Formats: sequence, C-alpha cells, structure tokens
Amino acid sequence: MKRYIAPFLLLLPALTLLLVFKVLPIIYAFRLSFYDWGIAGEKGFLGLGNYISLFKDPFFWQALINTFYYAIFTVPLNLIFSLTIAILLNRGIKAIGLYRTIYFLPVVTSIVAVSVVWKWLYDPNRGLFNFFLTSLGFSPLKWLEEPKGIFEMITGLRLPYILKGPSLALFSISLMSVWKSLGYNIIIFLAGLKNIPQVYYEAAKIDGAGPFYSFRNVTLPLLSPTTFYVTIMTTIISFQVFAPIWTMTGPPPGGPLGTTSVIVYYLYQKGFEEYHVGYGSAIAFVFFLIILAITIFQKTYLEKKVYYEV
Amino acid sequence: MKSKISAGRILVYVLITLGGIFMLLPFLWMISTSFKTQPEAIRIPPTWIPLHPTLNAYIEVWQKVHFPRYIYVSIITTVFTLLGVLITSILAAYAFSWFEFKGRETLFVSILSLMMIPIPVYVVPLFILVQRLGWIDTFYALIVPWSVNIFSIFLLRQHFRSVPKDLYDAAVIDGCSRLRFLFTILMPLTKPAIVTISIFSIIGSWNAFMWPLMVTNADRMRPIQVGLAYFAQGETTNYPALMAASAIAILPLIILFFVAQRQIVESYARSGLKE
Repeated sequence: MKRYIAPFLLLLPALTLLLVFKVLPIIYAFRLSFYDWGIAGEKGFLGLGNYISLFKDPFFWQALINTFYYAIFTVPLNLIFSLTIAILLNRGIKAIGLYRTIYFLPVVTSIVAVSVVWKWLYDPNRGLFNFFLTSLGFSPLKWLEEPKGIFEMITGLRLPYILKGPSLALFSISLMSVWKSLGYNIIIFLAGLKNIPQVYYEAAKIDGAGPFYSFRNVTLPLLSPTTFYVTIMTTIISFQVFAPIWTMTGPPPGGPLGTTSVIVYYLYQKGFEEYHVGYGSAIAFVFFLIILAITIFQKTYLEKKVYYEV
Repeated sequence: MKSKISAGRILVYVLITLGGIFMLLPFLWMISTSFKTQPEAIRIPPTWIPLHPTLNAYIEVWQKVHFPRYIYVSIITTVFTLLGVLITSILAAYAFSWFEFKGRETLFVSILSLMMIPIPVYVVPLFILVQRLGWIDTFYALIVPWSVNIFSIFLLRQHFRSVPKDLYDAAVIDGCSRLRFLFTILMPLTKPAIVTISIFSIIGSWNAFMWPLMVTNADRMRPIQVGLAYFAQGETTNYPALMAASAIAILPLIILFFVAQRQIVESYARSGLKE
C-alpha cells in the first residue's frame, strides 16, 4: 500500500482539477442535452427532444453549413501557402531566421487584436484593402458587410444557400485566419522537410529527375506524415473559430444575414447568451461528433496515403 | 561553396519577400494608424507615415478606458495560471514516469484521450459550475480551471522518461530523496521541455478570449483581450484609438517573442512531433 501513496499525492492536484473542471462538465453536458433547461431552471427530461428541435432548426443548419464552408476554404489555402513558403525557405536562402520570424509573428499575437486590425483593413469606406483595389482600377468590395456568397459574386447567378459558397464576409475572416496561422504550419513543414534525407534528392538527380519530378516523387511522399498531421490539426482548429466572429462581424455577431454564424458561435449564443443550457449542450454534442467523425475519416482515408519510412 | 546567383534564386527571394511584406502589412498599418489623428487616419489617399505623429490615441486609451486595469488582470491571470500548470504538470509527469503503480498506463491513456474533447463541448456546463461556486468576476474563475494542461503533462512525461535510470540509482546511493531528485536532477535536465510548456501557458493565458468573456461581467475583472473586444465594439470608428489599443494588447507577447524567439519557434515545432 505504501508505494501507492507517493504517486497518489503527486497526481492529486492534476487529477482533482481535471476531474472537477473537465470530466464533470463533460458528463454534465451530455446529461443536460436530454433536459429542458432554460432561464427558468430545469424543467424535466426531454429525451431526444433537443436533438429533434436542433434537426429542425434552420439557424443551426445555417451555422453548420457556414462552418463547413469556413473549414473547406481555410484548410487548403493554409496548406498550399504554408507548404509553398516552407519549400522556398528550405532552399538554403540567407537570412532564413528573419523570414521565419516575420511569417511566425502573427501566431503569437492575440486573435482579438488581429481581428480589430483586420476589420480596419477591410473597412468598406476607409480601409486599406479597398484603397488598393480602387488604385488598381477595381471596384471596392464590402468585405465583412457582404452577405453574398463568393460563387454567387463570381458567377453572377442567384444560387441556393448550399451552393452560393461562403459569404464574402466569412471568406474575409477565412483569409485573415490563413494569415494568422500560416506561420505555425510553416514551422512544422520546415521541420518535416529537414527530416528528408538529402540522399533521396541526390539519387533522383542522378536518375535525371527535374525539380518538379523530385517534388512529386520525393518531397511529397516523404513529407506525407507531416502533411497529414497539419491537415488534421488545421481542420480541428478551424471548426472551433469563435473570436473573429464575435469581434469582426455584426452587430449582432454572426451577420450579415447570419452568414458568419458558425457552430461554436451558435452554441455560445444559445447555451450562454440565451441560457438555453439543454439546447446548447445538444449543439455541443453534435459539434463533438462532427469533429470526431472528421478525425476518424481523415485517419482512415488520408492515412492510407501516408508514407511512413521504415 | 559560393552560391550561384540564378534567375530561379532571385525569384525565390522575390516571392518570400513579397509574402513577408504582406505578413507585416497589418502590423505596420496598425502602428501607423495608432500615431495619427482621426482626420488623418480616414484620409484618402492614406499616408503611410503619419504627417503629424501624435501619442494622443495611446493617452486616450490609457486614461479614458481601463487599459491599465485590464493589463493588470491579464498579468495576474497569466502568472498564476503558469504557476498552476507548472506545479500540476511536473508532479503528475513525475508520477507517470518514475513511479510504478497498478493501472498507470490505463490512467495515462484515459487522460490523453480527454485531450480530444475541445473546450466548446463543455464550456457551458463549466460556466454553470463556476457560477455555482460563486466565482464569476473573480480571479479563481480565470485561473483555476486552466491550471492543469494535459499536453504539458504528456510532453514532460516523455522528457522525464528519457532520463537514464542510472542517474537515479547513483543519486539514491548519495542519500538523495525522491523529491530532491526531481528538483535537482530531473528538472534541470529537462529544462527545454519546461520552457516549452511555460511558453504555451503564457501565450494561451494572455490571448484567451472565450472563457474570460463568459466569466467576467464587471469591467474591472476583464483581461486585456476582453477589454479590447468590448472597446472595439463601442468605438467602431475611432481608428487611432482602436489601433493603439490593439498595439498595447499585442506588445507584451511581441517583446517576449523577440527575447525568446528561438525557444518559442522550437517549442511550436516540437509540438508537432509525434513521439
């Protein structure tokens, strides 16, 4: 018995905090999602009632579609830019430290401050981005105030919600997020690129391979474990976007016309602001199941393509 | 070997420099606007360097809004959360790596699997719990729930395990207690990992937004990010003040970044490695 005392005491602080502030709330959230619990307090068991209402709630579906749009645009853009920049930085350039610092800077800065600054850049009347556009002869955009979907804007057609793409407002937030988190992925890709043994490139060169061929057949397969990790992490993080919505859109946040209301913002609105705790918890669990499903999907389908060196 | 200057090489530099300018642009524009007067800030065409640089925006933010108080709240929160994370992770990681007990691996894996559940899933019940404890508008709400971090326990355990067992045997022969072994041998040997978890904790606390937004109603208990967000909601067009406020909110971490740049970049790179 005595040998259990020391590890027990060492684990006590961490386990107590985890139990009280993580495990308990998770169980509680699951339980609450089956109850009718609003401002008036608990009003009894609902069974799947909250989930059924959720299924019929058009605002929930809108938030869900918006979140998928956000992730579908943020993740690939982030991957393409960060991989390209990492490859360029990896070509033995001088002052790599300086460039790395510049690209990494937004990662450590707060998302709230960054959102405030970008809102100013996106300002439809006085913003810098519209100044650039008009200087180049383009017409100015409404950016964060534009509810039209980007496919709608490009094609000029009136499309149903699911086809019109993210609103320009949501897309603008997506662009800012790419700028903000690019540096992290660059660092991870650089570490991955450094791990590729130089001999493979030399062998490819001897076989007469050009730069494109060796990128396609050496870099990409050997980098695939890193790419896989970066894809999963970036996806999970983009599903949790919240602060830029609160700070940059509206009033009320989620606007214009609800086109930037994402699932975590909707959860916050229902569960916290409107205090429909039961309903909010149901949103929370659907949100969790989606994240879980995406992770499992990526693990089963993407991991097949990952080349692990033996 | 002398590097050859080729067209391709120049193109690489041009591309990464253009990208770099775009990365810096929002920061430069923030600083430029923060030193302008309101009429100059909204002038078209804009001026890159303020014609009449002024500190008025900073003075306004510092005096009229409670920014000094917000910063104080953020500093206290950051420091005590860091202390909490260090204590809980070091002790737990020590138990998981240097003590044998039944169910150790099962317990460790269960804790790791908790990492998969994102905060938004349980944030509302957590809020209700903290409210019932009477912690709204207190430092307890800002600090205590985040004084444990699973990733930190995981990272430290990996590093503690890599220390050779012989060191412990030698130390015991010299009459070293298990606690002294942790403080005088294990911790100094794993300093880079401890620095890493400290960096993540500091950056995480300073930049936290959703949780402090929920648990603070009183203006005097708002950390800097929440204070800034409310300020931005109220002052939608006072651009110099908005940029000055953002610059103040960013500055402490920018300073930290330039002081400990290598450690910070390495920490993030390490976070992506599967061990």
